[in-house]
Amino acid sequence: MRHFYRNIPAVLVLGIPFVWVVLFMLIPYGVIATYSFWEKKYPVFIPAFQWGNYQMLLADPQYIKVLLRTAKISILVSIASFLIAYPFAYYLVYRCRSARVRTWLYMAVVAPLWISYLLRAYVWKTILGTEGVLNSFLIWTGLVDTPSPIFLYNQFSMVVTLTYIFIPFMVMPIYTALEKIPKNLIEASADLGLGPWRTLMKVTLPMSLPGVVAGFTLTFCLSFGDFVAPFLVGGPDGNLIANVITTQFGSALNWPLGSALSIVMLIVVLTIISLSDRFERRGTAGGH
Amino acid sequence: MTANPYQASRYAADAAFMTFIAAVMAFLYVPIWVLIAFSFNSSRSLSWPPTGFTLDWYAKLATNDGLHAAIRNSFYVATGATILTLLIGVPAALAIHKFDFPGKTLFRRLILLPITLPGIVTGISMLNVSKLINVPLSLETVIAGHATALIGVVVTQVYARLQRLPGSLDEAALDLGAGPWRSFFDITLPNIRSAIISAGLLSFVLSFDEIPVTYFLTGRDNTLPMYIYSTLRRGITPEINAVGTIIVLISFVLICISVMGTKERDQK
Amino acid sequence: MATIIELDHISKQYGPDILGVDDISLNVEDGEFVTLLGPSGCGKSTLLRMIGGFEEPTGGCIRLAGEDVTFSPPYRRAVNMVFQDYALFPHMTVGDNVAYGLKLMGCSPREIDTRVFDALHLVGLYDKLKLYPHQLSGGQRQRIALARAIVRRPKVLLLDEPLSALDAKLREQMQTELKQLQEKVGITFIMVTHDQTEALVMSDRIVVMEKGRIAQEGTPQQLYDHPASRYVANFIGTTTFLPGVTESISDGTTRIAIGGGALDAVADIALPVGEAVTIGLRPEKVRLLEEGEASTNTLSGKICEVIYYGLGLRLGIELAGGARLYADKLLPDTLSRSHVPPLGQPVRLAVQPHNVFVFPGEVEA
Repeated sequence: MRHFYRNIPAVLVLGIPFVWVVLFMLIPYGVIATYSFWEKKYPVFIPAFQWGNYQMLLADPQYIKVLLRTAKISILVSIASFLIAYPFAYYLVYRCRSARVRTWLYMAVVAPLWISYLLRAYVWKTILGTEGVLNSFLIWTGLVDTPSPIFLYNQFSMVVTLTYIFIPFMVMPIYTALEKIPKNLIEASADLGLGPWRTLMKVTLPMSLPGVVAGFTLTFCLSFGDFVAPFLVGGPDGNLIANVITTQFGSALNWPLGSALSIVMLIVVLTIISLSDRFERRGTAGGH
Repeated sequence: MTANPYQASRYAADAAFMTFIAAVMAFLYVPIWVLIAFSFNSSRSLSWPPTGFTLDWYAKLATNDGLHAAIRNSFYVATGATILTLLIGVPAALAIHKFDFPGKTLFRRLILLPITLPGIVTGISMLNVSKLINVPLSLETVIAGHATALIGVVVTQVYARLQRLPGSLDEAALDLGAGPWRSFFDITLPNIRSAIISAGLLSFVLSFDEIPVTYFLTGRDNTLPMYIYSTLRRGITPEINAVGTIIVLISFVLICISVMGTKERDQK
Repeated sequence: MATIIELDHISKQYGPDILGVDDISLNVEDGEFVTLLGPSGCGKSTLLRMIGGFEEPTGGCIRLAGEDVTFSPPYRRAVNMVFQDYALFPHMTVGDNVAYGLKLMGCSPREIDTRVFDALHLVGLYDKLKLYPHQLSGGQRQRIALARAIVRRPKVLLLDEPLSALDAKLREQMQTELKQLQEKVGITFIMVTHDQTEALVMSDRIVVMEKGRIAQEGTPQQLYDHPASRYVANFIGTTTFLPGVTESISDGTTRIAIGGGALDAVADIALPVGEAVTIGLRPEKVRLLEEGEASTNTLSGKICEVIYYGLGLRLGIELAGGARLYADKLLPDTLSRSHVPPLGQPVRLAVQPHNVFVFPGEVEA
């Protein structure tokens, strides 16, 4: 057996991350999957293989309701982020004439990623609350007389907060996708007599679709698993699936059920990732 | 000269865009200014208008032992997690960039998965394992969790830089007599250094701020965000704004370092 | 001269049916300038990379100065490479780039200084010592890449399309410069290119490759004057191909019927009479006869196309059977209307028998 000169470094370079992935990802995922079939016999969990936990998720309408609510909020967050991010990225790539301004604006959107996620959720609690900055500001300006409770502890506040937190994840891929579109394609479209609006709908938007899909995937999946924003601004009726899971591992002390819920979340996320992957591959294979 | 209708509509569109951009900037940054502003407000309640300037909340931080311990823990965790993510993430990026091996696609997907996968799944899966093999939860388990969750960040950034690096550089080094290790340290590493630094800084910040994984994997010790999180259960106070302001400031400094690192590279 | 590189039945198989290089044997003499010429995908770069150690052959053996280096890594062979994109290290100055290979050889600082100085002098860029690669022009980068490779005094220097990134003018200048440099340093050069002019101008010997095999090897003149196949005739220089049939054969000369006439050819291949063949004619070897001028080995036809290309005219001539060939006509100092023949004018052409290439088989579409 010949030893090609790259073999030894290759083994090390690949080996370290490989071992890590197996030890800290594959095995743990396998363990959650195993736990999700265990039985809870207070106060301990008994190894078993039974579908009880999953059956409970399907039978108890409370879980279905939370799942649907989580999906709804995540979709709303993705749409809101998209509606802000797309025109923003479009402006940066096509309208902004100064490269300096473009860089600054782009960084301004991405920079919040570096600022504590908890703080970014917390600050909306202080803004939207009944005694909060927004209400007191409105009273101060005389627009309203009494503080309104409509801003906080509902799905609106959750969508606002999550959009605020995850918007960089929508801007980044869309910006990259728009930047990749050859400028002469836009010119060709104008040359063929398509107006700016139709150019956007027929050329720019379809060609930037991979970025949009990537943005939706990230925003949706991250919102889907968030439990901090619901905890801070969600209110009593604003539990999302992740809050239910934390409860199972906390006060409810039902790890098997929590694991089953985690598996459901994992499956949802993996499904979305692979759908988006397939879309992306079709996009690159088709060429247009 | 008559006004060109096309130009007029372009100006209108430009004005609309400007307004929109300003609104987005306000949406992103007014909350942060609110956070900062109320850290200096003398009133205990966070409501408009501000009542007066004070540094009391910062003074209170100075004597809060629990907070100090949490900050120390966070530094410990973030440092450990950053070192680990780099030690694993950089080789992973190199492997994906350089080698073809069976299962490469799967490997790549797995390692990038935690970017999209909510931290809660990573946290719970590792919690289950530690329970199974009887490893007590501690800051070290948090470090392992953070590293797992953040490798993807390092891999993406380093891989993107590697792809922009011509493959011939490495071959040229081998050609001039450098072995594979030498070639990596002499040629590849200096050219991806700024990407590694900015990836490291980002992992540090993200680990410093991390909650979902920490929530499940920490033992008795609190990290800073966990400390704030538990304080929040008891209600909101301007003290949190003061801590927040300091964190924002530090983040800002780190962003600047990262940007300057990238700039320096681009000029070369 | 001693043999410096021996390629002994080298093959490179990529997949079950994909052969990059197919059983190539080739010897390169010390001090030679050998060019591997061929279109992209013919295996020339793969072959070069195998000599450099960047790829392993799947069969055969490579010997460098008698030593088997088939599987030794690049850093253990006395061979250096000039890369197509130059591969200068962007984070090192010109001086450090050139010194890098010497440091790894364990040279003393003083020796490194002298040798870097010499190498940079040789390419005329000593004043650029302290600059970074991005501060240099394309041509300068090319020279630095060259200096960095020869400073180690390799037994063989490999050049992978070294001039392809330069613009036409500079490329022409670098062709002669590179050739002179090779003669000065006396190192064996093996170059890969798809540019036949480059190959003709610079090489002592050209190896034309086709689909992983050697189509023909020889000096530039041999290849130009005696292409062994249609492929080579087509790849080096311009050749028009015409259908013909062998008419009679007598001591070394074959008479071939073509377009209503016939031509004598000096053919090295023995063909039976009545065989369909392909005739290759180079436009510059076909002479247009003046009116009334007597000559042997002639064809007649009429002008159907006139192309002006600066140095002269290229005339398209249709023969009786409808086949078309090209003939070059150099122009006198001042071009007047009378020098440009009108379309449709009948002409007679003469070709020397040794300039008539005969290839077996019919003309391919």
